[in-house]
Amino acid sequence: MDILDLTATELAEKIKRKECSAVEAAAACIEQIGREDKKLHAFLNVDADAVLRRAKEVDRGIETGIYTGPLAGVPIAVKDNICTKGMATTCASKILENFVPFYNAEAVDRIEAAGMVLLGKTNMDEFAMGSTTETSAFGDTKNPWDPAHVPGGSSGGSCAAVASGEAFLALGSDTGGSIRQPSSYCGVTGIKPTYGTVSRYGLIAYASSLDQIGPIAKNTKDCAALLSVLAGQDSKDSTSVKRTDTDFLSAAGDDMSEMKIGIPVEYLSDGIDDDVKESVLKAAEWFKILGASVEYFDLGLTEYTIPAYYVIASAEASSNLERFDGVKYGYRSSSCEGLHDMYKKSRSEGFGPEVKRRIMLGSFVLSSGYYDAYYLKALRVRAKLKEAFDRAFSRFDIILGPAAPTAAPRLGTSLNDPLKMYLSDIYTVSANLAGLPGLTVPCKINKDGLPIGVQLTGNCFAESKLFQAAYGLEKLRGPWQLPFMRKECME
Amino acid sequence: MKQYETVIGLEVHIELATKTKIFCGCRASFGAKPNTCVCPVCSGMPGALPVLNKKVVDFALLAGLALNCQVNTFCKFDRKNYFYPDNPQNYQISQLYLPICHDGYVDIMTPSGTKKIGIHEIHMEEDAGKLIHDDWTDSTLVDYNRSGVPLIEIVSEPDMRSEDEVIAYLEKLQSTMQYLGVSDCRLQEGSMRADVNLSVRAIGDTALGTRTEMKNLNSFKAISHAIAGERERQIELLTEGKSVIQETRRWDDNKEASFAMRSKEDAKDYRYFPDPDLPPIFISDSWISEAKEKLPEMREQKLLRYQKEYGLSRYDAELLTMDRAMAEKFETTIRYGAPPKKAANWLTGETMRLMKEKERTASELIFSAQHLAELINLIEKEVIQNQTAREVFSEMFESDITPEVYIDEHGLRMEKNSDLLFEAAKKIVEANPKAVTEYKEGKDKVIGFLMGQLMREMKGKAAPSQAQEAIRKILSAY
Repeated sequence: MDILDLTATELAEKIKRKECSAVEAAAACIEQIGREDKKLHAFLNVDADAVLRRAKEVDRGIETGIYTGPLAGVPIAVKDNICTKGMATTCASKILENFVPFYNAEAVDRIEAAGMVLLGKTNMDEFAMGSTTETSAFGDTKNPWDPAHVPGGSSGGSCAAVASGEAFLALGSDTGGSIRQPSSYCGVTGIKPTYGTVSRYGLIAYASSLDQIGPIAKNTKDCAALLSVLAGQDSKDSTSVKRTDTDFLSAAGDDMSEMKIGIPVEYLSDGIDDDVKESVLKAAEWFKILGASVEYFDLGLTEYTIPAYYVIASAEASSNLERFDGVKYGYRSSSCEGLHDMYKKSRSEGFGPEVKRRIMLGSFVLSSGYYDAYYLKALRVRAKLKEAFDRAFSRFDIILGPAAPTAAPRLGTSLNDPLKMYLSDIYTVSANLAGLPGLTVPCKINKDGLPIGVQLTGNCFAESKLFQAAYGLEKLRGPWQLPFMRKECME
Repeated sequence: MKQYETVIGLEVHIELATKTKIFCGCRASFGAKPNTCVCPVCSGMPGALPVLNKKVVDFALLAGLALNCQVNTFCKFDRKNYFYPDNPQNYQISQLYLPICHDGYVDIMTPSGTKKIGIHEIHMEEDAGKLIHDDWTDSTLVDYNRSGVPLIEIVSEPDMRSEDEVIAYLEKLQSTMQYLGVSDCRLQEGSMRADVNLSVRAIGDTALGTRTEMKNLNSFKAISHAIAGERERQIELLTEGKSVIQETRRWDDNKEASFAMRSKEDAKDYRYFPDPDLPPIFISDSWISEAKEKLPEMREQKLLRYQKEYGLSRYDAELLTMDRAMAEKFETTIRYGAPPKKAANWLTGETMRLMKEKERTASELIFSAQHLAELINLIEKEVIQNQTAREVFSEMFESDITPEVYIDEHGLRMEKNSDLLFEAAKKIVEANPKAVTEYKEGKDKVIGFLMGQLMREMKGKAAPSQAQEAIRKILSAY
């Protein structure tokens, strides 16, 4: 069996038993990146020598008992909007092309303290704004299942890296579905945790009240193990919360007999592809087999979530992205006269069209005279939506639905109609607006050979229930082979 | 000609004297080398997040309570968006929608009595960095040491009518903040900054005229002159039948005049919205009552008490309470057993003379209250005399020596041996027969002359009461 076929927790187990080393695992990933990434372009930045040096250090650390956790020695990829000390962190934007942070994100400190080996930084939609990884200033990423298709976004690089065996695990970030949607498109397991579970310190903000860092993995167990590493209150992030229930690995189990699953009727009505609908129905069937009850209900407000989300996210983004001005770091236009001209040219040349579109939208909804009509109204929708979810979770443990209306679209077909692209976030943005955890688990492969995942949404702090349900689905679904594993089989 | 009245409201920024900045752990201090008190948070690095310094809320709360404000028990921070290089995030974290305090007042003294000045609101915010223009290279450099230093902005109601009232109000704020220990409030150093909103209206009118806002006023003198100038300018416009334009004006200290910066039309849209990085602050009743307990005795209360309890003159009480550090020195000196009036005399006299000479503030005084009390008591007990005490005190002022030790080391103690004194007095009287004759003729003032002689003979080490007693005794024997 190839080392790459192992899951992260299996690999760590083997390293612990000295059946292989962190160096071997890292070398295998580097090799796979060398083989696959010219085609896929999941990574923006890999320093192979530094990776191997770090892996050696981790092997020593495991030897001396510094690293004892369930993921020690595992190579991991990190989305390029998460700050890494001494390593370029670009948000896939020209404006940060040369930016090298002198500090780590809290999440990066945590994966390093757990003895994981950082492989490099993954491609994404510029500033996490996009659903396909095509808005990256450094070129798109291909879907490992079919390079003619997008990997989804904005964490497309991270999901593609895991799906292609280039990494055992990855960090993504999710503001409106950026972990869950590409996880569905790439056939991997990803979770957006409850808002406040993972510190946002060092995550370059898109929309602060919606952003969460989360794990992307080959299966549920790996995903739970990584979330246990990431979760925890951080004094550097005032919005992080204190939780004691962060041992998600031990929460594993597949007993579903007490679980009540709800499916919002509006999620399966308009604009959804048949194969996606079939996946959700299949998952519902499996849940019933496992002893859970499944019921349809009317969540309501679904039509307002997209506008509310884009108003709030763009408003916050317009302010968060003001610091990129050419003064302190990042891109500064070479031909500018005076301060105003420097701002204008640096930002005009540094940001791509999707980022500019959202900055303009956000600036508009916050301007005087429009604030009440747009921003405040969106906040009211957000509050109403939270109430709707509170009502739903008084009846159900988990809400089952799609992660996206379709499987991965073909490259080059999404960006020319931004509004349509925005509407495809319909199933994911509400979890961000309400702060809820949402997990995508692969369910089936469609007739085009593309994977489709389903999304499980839980009440705040109910990640353990989501993992439990995901284990159940995995069990009935059967083994899941990622594309690189299938190739091995064919050989 | 129409008579006009001036209507003035103030926006006063006060830098809080916290050890660290408002949203990070960097030192909030002056005079450090540029960009040495900075971190990812206060230099606007990507991914950095603000974390509120609780001390800032404590200080703002104290200020609000001392200014008789209502407290918003649920308050929030908002972002004020504008691009400028001294502002590393290009938004300032401030409070617009729910500021910490509102609807308060202060009393100021005016020639016609006490006047209430309303406080519209107090909000917390972060300061910006400093831009330094380098003419040599024609470039601008930025120092973020001040970026993130905590400020409160105190917004008054338009209740002031003259520059004198404005100065009285500012002095009141200064003394209040200094007493609270929340700020040193120095205009020149920028730890207190006042923007003046001014309009004029015909006397009898109730509606407010169009106002202008003046910035860059760095001294009471500048504020006075700017107000006088602006009043004149507005009245002149109105008299000529023109109208005042709502605008921001910048005071130029060298030209002694203000100049238009920007008008209302190009006023910026700050696109305020609640800062999503900072959760709302809940100020509990117990937090408020704790703050109330921490409120010190303020200047007005001390002024009255000093006159009533210690029998000081209003003038002396005013001198002693001008600076809280001085008032504390005074009160501690009394606590160490010095008679209040004597303590007041030493502090308002010799101490303030030396402070002026050596350019020292009350908080920079070296000598301890205990030593001052000891010194005063040594005079009372006639261990030393006044002139000697002044010498000892000038030493204390520089190095806080223990007076009694110093006196012994330098042999300054007065002669208590009455035989010795008596002998010396006898010698002096014998050497001055003319004085004896005059004394016999009833001219009592020759005693003073003889005393002087005797003190010179004793090199100042005689207790005056004993010396006088000895002389009288000898004279009466003639």
